[in-house]
Amino acid sequence: MAETVTKEQIKEKVTEALVELGADKDAIKPEAEFEALELDSLDLVELAQIVEEEWGVEITAKDMETLKTVGQALDIIAERAS
Amino acid sequence: MREGSALVTGASRGIGAATARALADAGWPVGVNYRSDADAAAKVVEEIEAAGGKAVALQGDVADPATPDALLKELKERFGTVLVLVNNAGVSVDALTPQIDDEAWDKVIDTNLSGAFRLIRRAIGPMMRARFGRVINMASVVGIRGNPGQANYAASKAGLIAVTRTVAAEVARRKVTVNAVAPGFVSTDLTADLGDDVLEAVPLRRAGTPEEVAACVRFLASEEAAYVTGTILTVDGGMSA
Repeated sequence: MAETVTKEQIKEKVTEALVELGADKDAIKPEAEFEALELDSLDLVELAQIVEEEWGVEITAKDMETLKTVGQALDIIAERAS
Repeated sequence: MREGSALVTGASRGIGAATARALADAGWPVGVNYRSDADAAAKVVEEIEAAGGKAVALQGDVADPATPDALLKELKERFGTVLVLVNNAGVSVDALTPQIDDEAWDKVIDTNLSGAFRLIRRAIGPMMRARFGRVINMASVVGIRGNPGQANYAASKAGLIAVTRTVAAEVARRKVTVNAVAPGFVSTDLTADLGDDVLEAVPLRRAGTPEEVAACVRFLASEEAAYVTGTILTVDGGMSA
């Protein structure tokens, strides 16, 4: 549940999701940019869907505009899931 | 058969009811959405169950922004994720343009276009996750050609066609298809007021039946239609030919 979710759990689930969406697992690091991971806007929308299903966290179109790296996504999710 | 369900809006009568029956016959558990006629919706559910299918009646006005989440949640809990969405609910308030007031404009746009869009918006994510989905929007030949007395209705259907093409292009990579069916004259409550003279414009010289439209929806919802997306299938007895 939302109150017990840890940063480590979020990182694990997001990594798993990004791999499923086609990213190279070894390249997934907090500083890695989605573009460099060859993830596009549709992939990010699907990531948002996964995040919503998993933790009830909504990532909006406005968030997407500023979301460039894996670390930024992890921060947003951790902030809103806590 | 995939695990999941089909939702048909405006399914208590006409094309919606025929579509609900056709999708149930194809093996989908169906959510029979209705706005006001609970008895008619219950009858559609009974017919489906009598034929060996699964269905549940779901009340909800698609013009209400809260309806999509409620319908999708209820159907998911009952029969599984909605993998087939048929946006069929539609209303018309006909008048020549100077006589279409804001209320008549908004009512038609809210139900036919905004209601459909909001459902698509919420249904498409789980379909993408499932790597399978079928959205079929009930457009109209009026949304392609225009029709005097129906500026609001035609605008809503033209808008629905544009949404169909756009979303189709967006989600195709996730194996989700989005298509529209554009009926011409079909014998339903919506067309009951039209005289026989309109049929002179139809090469087949008759109105279509709800079942003939439903058969097209059934095809678009099938596995066989996997390569058909972003298309507008006219079902109009040759009227557009």
